[in-house]
Amino acid sequence: MLADGPEKTGDIERIKNEGKELTKEEKQRLRKEKKQQKKNKEKKDEKAPLESEKEKKPASSSPASQATAQPPTQKASSGVPAPAPVPVAASEAPSPVDKPAKSKAELKAERRARQEAERASKQSKKGEVGQQAAPSKAKAPPSELQPVVKRLPEHIQVDNPEVLKKLAKKLERQQIPLRSDYGYKVSLFSHLHQYSRKAPLTQQLSIPSSVIHPAIVQLGLQYSQGIVAGSNARSVALLHAFKQIIRDYTTPPNEELSRDLVNKLKPYISFLNQCRPLSASMGNAIKYIKKEISNIPSQCKEEEAKSKLQDCIDCYINEKIILAAKAIAKYAIEKISDGDVILVYGCSSLVNHILCEAFEKNRKFRVIVVDSRPRLEGREALRRLVQRGISCTYVLISAVSYILPEVSKVFLGAHALLANGYVMSRVGTSQIALVAKAFNVPVLVCCETYKFCERVQTDSFVSNELDDPDDLIVTRKGKTHLEHWQDVSSLGLLNLVYDVTPPDFVDLVITDLGMIPCTSVPVVLRVKNVDQ
Amino acid sequence: MEFQAVLMAAGGGSRMTDLTYNTPKAMLPVGNKPLMWYPLNLLERVGFEEVIVITTKEVQKMMSADPKIKQDVKMKLEVVCIQEDGDMGTADALRHIQPKIKTDILVVSCDLITDAALHEVVDLFRAHNATLAMLMSKAHEFTETVPGQKGKKKTAEQRDFVGVDESGKRLLFMANEADLEEGLSIRKSILRKHPRVHIKTGLVDAHLYCLKKSVVDFLTDNKSISSIRGELVPYLVRKQFSKTINGQKTKDDVEDQNQKKSDSSTNLELHISSRDEPLLQLAQERSCWNDHRGDMSEAYHGGKLRCYVHIMDQGLCYRVNTLAAYIEANRLAPKLFEEPVVHPSAVTSERCQIGSDSIIGASCQVAEKTSIKRSTIGNSTTVKEKVKVTNSIIMHGVTIEEGCNIQGSVICSNAIIGRGADLKYCLVGNGQRIEPEAEKTNEVIVGTDQLMEI
Repeated sequence: MLADGPEKTGDIERIKNEGKELTKEEKQRLRKEKKQQKKNKEKKDEKAPLESEKEKKPASSSPASQATAQPPTQKASSGVPAPAPVPVAASEAPSPVDKPAKSKAELKAERRARQEAERASKQSKKGEVGQQAAPSKAKAPPSELQPVVKRLPEHIQVDNPEVLKKLAKKLERQQIPLRSDYGYKVSLFSHLHQYSRKAPLTQQLSIPSSVIHPAIVQLGLQYSQGIVAGSNARSVALLHAFKQIIRDYTTPPNEELSRDLVNKLKPYISFLNQCRPLSASMGNAIKYIKKEISNIPSQCKEEEAKSKLQDCIDCYINEKIILAAKAIAKYAIEKISDGDVILVYGCSSLVNHILCEAFEKNRKFRVIVVDSRPRLEGREALRRLVQRGISCTYVLISAVSYILPEVSKVFLGAHALLANGYVMSRVGTSQIALVAKAFNVPVLVCCETYKFCERVQTDSFVSNELDDPDDLIVTRKGKTHLEHWQDVSSLGLLNLVYDVTPPDFVDLVITDLGMIPCTSVPVVLRVKNVDQ
Repeated sequence: MEFQAVLMAAGGGSRMTDLTYNTPKAMLPVGNKPLMWYPLNLLERVGFEEVIVITTKEVQKMMSADPKIKQDVKMKLEVVCIQEDGDMGTADALRHIQPKIKTDILVVSCDLITDAALHEVVDLFRAHNATLAMLMSKAHEFTETVPGQKGKKKTAEQRDFVGVDESGKRLLFMANEADLEEGLSIRKSILRKHPRVHIKTGLVDAHLYCLKKSVVDFLTDNKSISSIRGELVPYLVRKQFSKTINGQKTKDDVEDQNQKKSDSSTNLELHISSRDEPLLQLAQERSCWNDHRGDMSEAYHGGKLRCYVHIMDQGLCYRVNTLAAYIEANRLAPKLFEEPVVHPSAVTSERCQIGSDSIIGASCQVAEKTSIKRSTIGNSTTVKEKVKVTNSIIMHGVTIEEGCNIQGSVICSNAIIGRGADLKYCLVGNGQRIEPEAEKTNEVIVGTDQLMEI
């Protein structure tokens, strides 16, 4: 029987494998591999092979199998270890014999198990890694069942000394100075960085900066001093700096532009991160540039490649920022009707653009600008709108529930749109959205698609940015009460930059793809990924 | 490369001829180091690796002979020689080296001694994309008595009027008293844009300028400007508010400007705008930042030319261009660096008293029973017994015989002071001899050849 078994295995396999010739050694190897797979399959906890195994050894354990038809797992685990060769042979041998005794389902299960075994053996025949493939395959499913823990980004683990050490080492390798945190941090936010504007990173750099391109040093300074602020402005300035870097770049000998340029960009990005944490829009722009650089074919000449990259950057800015703004303005203007009272918060370049366009299209509306300390960006928005001739009212955020009964719509800008539909924007936005919801005023968020980000966040604590706490200090009538706040041990100053608004408070998101509800963000992301 | 450093070391020291008639100003010893070592050290500390030094042949020779410069300065010095008698101003010198200039420049004068944090000046230059950024400091009163000064009152120096905006960083106005005949007049356009102007007079210009490369190119086209401090800086400050630079460029404006091709302002504006100007404009438009508030104009009032100044209120900053400044610098320069009071190679006997704020140079010989307080003794100087030196500066190679009493004086190199001489507040020129038992107070003793040079 045993002798017949392998031959019959060979027949079956020959039929199944569409006429492949098997030598004796191969057959033996096959048998061994099948044994191994069987063992691994036990661990896998799959019902089909176990069931089929159970079915396949009625000869060896017929009374037992008939008695315990149901729980195959126990039978399998008890059955397999000891009589290892027997079930293998028995699996092949009794199948033709016991055919009439089994039902159709059992036959199906058997065939499935056999096919799986043969597929596995084919893979093992193809490459010598077969032995490893099977156990790795066995290992993979169990780990999938365990929760997949992604690595936390380091910028929200500032209170973990090991993470800080790793960061310091990385910066040292890239020859970038480490910016030290400043002042007492409120305990809820002690996992975030807090820098002082009076201690710029350039203090520790040599003045003719040789490690970091001068355009990047200039950009980092402008970020940390707030001269370039706002999601769109930061991205445009970043891409402008990248254009300069590409222009000044020369490929070193024995290197490829596609790989070397990407490596050159890494320390610059770390430097900018140290000056001010990167925004989601900047992150997407960087990803795009890196992809474009790596896609440059190696036979492309340097000049050609450089001009191609610069064109890509121009194209990106044109499409994602300028044209997107036009498209969003077009959609948004449909939503603005004559006699509207529109509430805006802070200074969002996109919302300002929309309002100016609507005014030029002769819509009659007035605007209420809500502002908050310490940034007081609303003043700049107010200036831009009044310059165009739009009639505006200016209030601070503490008066928003007073003014809301007059408001017909709320237009908000966004810093990023998260994958679970939450809107990340300047701190105070969620307050406005909440109060607007309470007054049943529609809230429309305007956001370009390049700001969509795959992060998921439900609260404003986990990932945020802490600005310089000294910004909160104000001098009135010559008196600065908070001047020595550091000396008071129980006092902490908190200057948050962003907050997240849940999608229930947002009625519509106007993007360049159209007007979508807040919860459709993951769909857009998925479509974008497929496109790329 | 971001910056190229340029050191102006060809100056003649016209305000302290007594000291400089033999030694060029750049090589005058201050704290036993040549004067130009201090700005070179400053540049090296900040991280420069190359400096272009504009100087005369004489100074170049002395530089190569000087041990301090050869050993301590690790940077690469590219020396450009110019004629000493030719009337070359600092801007002329910049025009001369224009082919070498590839990036923005940092111009330093050789007589600057400071411990300022240079990144403050450079950060203003970078962050605001400025055309000019400079360093100034609050002037300190010189308290030491200057030898050879008749009477207490100093001649009234020409004051500088510097106007800055509210933040104290933007330079709005700069004029010297000599140029203002009737009074100080400020254009209305400046006041309209910056309603609050702070005008300061007690500031010392450190002569440290960050200039854009386009300014150097502009200088090659405009040969009439010869001095940076005297002409170029006031010109740039004035041009910030010039009408041709600001405002939208319409077709008519372009035609007008084509007509006045010789107008230097057009050239400057053309030089300033960079490539990718539209992208920069876009970024600035979208950014919610403004440098001022209260009126309807955008950031920087739409102006492309901007001048910034960093005013230091603490720390050392000296321009060694007068005798008083020279003495003051000698007093304070040693405090900048932690150096031993007595040079290791100097031979001092045990019974001499050397104060802790004095410096004894290399290869000196100080005999017994001498007392040296608050003084600087140069290299290779011999001081014999029973000499009292207080509050003085003694340069290299001087011989002081026994029993001398030197107070508040400046003794230049290779002078010989005879025994028993008593000098108070005197200046002894190079190689002079003071006869023994001489008593001189408040005198300037120089050679006859110098007297001829007026």
